[in-house]
Amino acid sequence: MSVALSAQDITRALTRISHEILEKNQGSANIVLLGIPTRGAHLATRISSIIASIEGSEVPTGTLDITLFRDDLRMRPPRAIMPTKIPTSGIEGKDVILVDDVLFSGRTIRAALDALGEIGRPRAVQLAALVDRGHRELPIKADFIGKNLPTSKSQSVRVLLSEIDGRDEVTIEEGAEL
Amino acid sequence: MRHLLSIADLNKSEAISILDTATELARVSDGAVKKLPTLRGRTIVNLFAEDSTRTRISFEAAAKRLSADVINFSAKGSSVSKGESLKDTAMTLQAMGADAVVIRHSASGAAQRLADSQWMSGSVINAGDGTHEHPSQALLDAFTIRKHLGMGASDLAGLNVAIVGDILHSRVARSNVLLLAMLGAKVTLVAPPTLLPVGIQNWPATVSYDFDSEIPHVDVVMMLRVQQERMSDLFFPNAREYSRYFGLNGERMASMKSGAIVMHPGPMNRGLEISAEVADSARSVITEQVTNGVSVRMAILYVLLAGGALEVGSN
Repeated sequence: MSVALSAQDITRALTRISHEILEKNQGSANIVLLGIPTRGAHLATRISSIIASIEGSEVPTGTLDITLFRDDLRMRPPRAIMPTKIPTSGIEGKDVILVDDVLFSGRTIRAALDALGEIGRPRAVQLAALVDRGHRELPIKADFIGKNLPTSKSQSVRVLLSEIDGRDEVTIEEGAEL
Repeated sequence: MRHLLSIADLNKSEAISILDTATELARVSDGAVKKLPTLRGRTIVNLFAEDSTRTRISFEAAAKRLSADVINFSAKGSSVSKGESLKDTAMTLQAMGADAVVIRHSASGAAQRLADSQWMSGSVINAGDGTHEHPSQALLDAFTIRKHLGMGASDLAGLNVAIVGDILHSRVARSNVLLLAMLGAKVTLVAPPTLLPVGIQNWPATVSYDFDSEIPHVDVVMMLRVQQERMSDLFFPNAREYSRYFGLNGERMASMKSGAIVMHPGPMNRGLEISAEVADSARSVITEQVTNGVSVRMAILYVLLAGGALEVGSN
């Protein structure tokens, strides 16, 4: 096991991502942050509060569960469905920024795009990920990345966040994820 | 979990996870999204060898909202009325590639028989077998109670529930007693002695013959239909007397606790076990039970069908 990102690294990466989001979208006026449960949702909340402290105004933030849209449901035992909370302002015509912890095969994001399409039609969709570990199986790319982590497929990346795990850390471990 | 045959097959955490899944799915049905791709390409057969309105429609709506293909199969108008056996019917469904069969049958144990046999490989969901069980109804009732009176808790601890009426013939009562007791509710069965089954003392519930003394203490009154079609004998002197002692009318409803709710699994005999005044009152959650039924049945289909077997290969 090796530590890829420390707590301080995570904070710096999220601060940089927040600035990049504001730069690319010329402010926070039209953006909506949607985190993908479980850890993406916590990251979205953190980015939202960083943006609020920079811009001085709140950014609509919610969660988007993609379980029901996955294409690999039949390969695993049933998963619990997590809450989907769309901000009251909606996503119609907004610039939606999806937030996830690890970008890997890209299948989660494909499912998220399908889920978004059922809810409405955003003006644009962007993607922020704390870690990009490569090995894409679909033509999907992140707009904002905390850190590129070159990994082999036999390794697994674990993101620990203080909200759930008691501390902030990203580690690389041997042994593929189940 | 492959089949849903009886509440007795579930443990508390499995039951709560179905209710939690239903809560999320209900949110989906409320919002703009009415259809999910989750069960695309799966075939679900509704095999109804006994009449039903809401259970069949509810399972059909649930399956369609999850994008499954639904085949409706009722005994009337099929080869069952020509005398085809359950075995031959099941083998036909297997040959057509049914992933799940939702079965309602007048014989207790029909769903179990279908699941235990090697006739078909899909999941079996019991939608009511004779006077045995009706697990999806109990789950939707528990869901409805939790939504109204659960105060954010995951189970039903501390709630008092009275189930009133024809316990003897009721599969709804049987499933509900098991589930509500498992979730921590205190269940009281209220019925004339002739409408209580043998062995009732072994159920996780208390029995009372006096509706009026129970009604001020309960949070939920669940009325049961008097199942005249299953009654081959005389179980009470006449309908008026039954209604007087065990029916829920406006006067009895007035002595209920504030916030207490009235439930009925339907179809109702208005004027017999429940008066129209009560059925249409603000305490009645009877139509909401139907709405919740769709979400709960979506959750059941999701839990049984969405996941694959582990050995199908890892990601």
